[in-house]
Amino acid sequence: MTALLSVNGITKRFRGLLAVDTATFEVADGEIFAVIGPNGAGKTTLFNMIAGVFAPNAGSITFAGERIDGLSPDKICRRGVGRTFQIVRPFPALTVEDNVIIGALLHRHHVDDAREHARGVLRRLDLYAKRNQTASSLTLPDRKRMELARALATDPKLLLLDEVMAGLRPTEVDGVVATLRELNRETGLTILLIEHVMRAVMALAGRVLVLHHGAAIAEGTPDAVVRNPAVIDSYLGAEAVG
Amino acid sequence: MIRRLTAGVPARTLFLLGALLAVFLAAPLFAGDYVLTVLILILYFAYTGQAWNIMMGFAGQLSLGHALYVGLGAYTSAALYVHFGIGPWIGLLAAIPVAAITGAFIGFLAFRFRVAGVYFAILTIAFAEFARVGFDHLGWTNASSGLFLPVAQYAHNDLWTLRGHPVMFYYVLLVATVLAFIFCRALLKSRIGYFWLAIREDEEAARSAGIDTFHYKMIAVVISAAMTSFAGVVYAFYYNNLFPEQVFNISRSIDIILGPIAGGVGTLFGPILGSFVIEIIGEGLRSLLESFGIDVPGIKQVVFGIILLLVVVAMPDGVWPWLARKLGLAEQRK
Repeated sequence: MTALLSVNGITKRFRGLLAVDTATFEVADGEIFAVIGPNGAGKTTLFNMIAGVFAPNAGSITFAGERIDGLSPDKICRRGVGRTFQIVRPFPALTVEDNVIIGALLHRHHVDDAREHARGVLRRLDLYAKRNQTASSLTLPDRKRMELARALATDPKLLLLDEVMAGLRPTEVDGVVATLRELNRETGLTILLIEHVMRAVMALAGRVLVLHHGAAIAEGTPDAVVRNPAVIDSYLGAEAVG
Repeated sequence: MIRRLTAGVPARTLFLLGALLAVFLAAPLFAGDYVLTVLILILYFAYTGQAWNIMMGFAGQLSLGHALYVGLGAYTSAALYVHFGIGPWIGLLAAIPVAAITGAFIGFLAFRFRVAGVYFAILTIAFAEFARVGFDHLGWTNASSGLFLPVAQYAHNDLWTLRGHPVMFYYVLLVATVLAFIFCRALLKSRIGYFWLAIREDEEAARSAGIDTFHYKMIAVVISAAMTSFAGVVYAFYYNNLFPEQVFNISRSIDIILGPIAGGVGTLFGPILGSFVIEIIGEGLRSLLESFGIDVPGIKQVVFGIILLLVVVAMPDGVWPWLARKLGLAEQRK
């Protein structure tokens, strides 16, 4: 088990607020790793540091053996880290296909090759039939899948998913879970997800990190983490375990 | 190549484009002097609008200072001609780099320091104003007294030195407009075009999709500035006089953007249709009033304002997307 991503003691302060406090963890190649925690725990900040939106105040991030902390988002994406946004950010006036072609063009120089690749990704995510609609006309679940398709089209080694299940109905959650599992199994794609939907976390993640007030309070398999008293106390609530 | 450029375009759109080109090619045979000058204006604004549209319509960067690039092209080529007798086509080889480097400088300042949106637009105005004030004091180009080219002889057309009858300028601008249209189509269908659209739609999402947004915004500014400078060269040799107060005036920048806004920002045919609509209505009304003996100075600008208002309220995407839908001319997707 080699670490594809290793996060070593990264810290982010916003003026007085300590958003992420010396977080340390490793994600192995081919693993599905989840970060959970209450609102304001620092999950998205942690994500944004890995994706290059902010540089950490301290600590380091290593991806595929190279330091990536402080690099710009486009450089990090080119090294093989794809991401989705908590609040979806499609290219609204463009068609679904064009949105995904843009992702595919990252490592392809010809639009025709990119279109072919994009269509393959769209088929996998059941969006092929909607490829000529504009992104702004899609429903929220479809927009989320389109954003996932755009990220996948960049051929990432690591996929960062920021609450990709939020706002989906349970059957839709199961659909996305199935797709992600399939991708992980068939292509060996490593996935790091932030998620509140425990149904998805339990079904997907091999390991889970729990953040609370910016600090890691537990790490382990989903089953072990949900039984951890500190986690129940701060996040899940006693009734969740039943 | 041609197949790539016309992919998805309905046959009747291609036919109409061909027919329109034929009409434009034949127009000087029928048009009188007045109509010809209006047609020259239409082509001039169609061309500059197309160049401006690369920045705003494709890459989403609002320039309100495109008169700067017209002026730099005009002054560079005119000064070389007046001082050294260097013809406009060789002058163009100097005008293009001057405009492109200036565009690159403004782009670098803005994009490096994350100046975006309206602040970027203000920066573009500021540089056009710097140029206006600067040229007002630049002795080499005769400062505010104006730079004059030796007046042309209408009887003899010399394409190499751009001295001659307006018909020659008409055809030069027609060729430029057609080439700019084809060039923009090719850009939009290329990798770079897709990246520009991504930046226009959501810059942060574009960065997360691996696009070096600084790099692609710079390319948009440089191409747009370089293309616009050619219009400046034609302007200088057509009007034969240049005053900083006029050439770099902000209202010249606004004139450039009216066409694409009326026609449809980000569309390929919008700048052409828009400059047509704007000029025909503006000039038509002015000459109509004139025929009644009413001479209202500035009526054209008022009409432009009203047209823009109507377009923004009734067809916020511009006239072309609406017309294309109505006539079934829009691009088809498979």
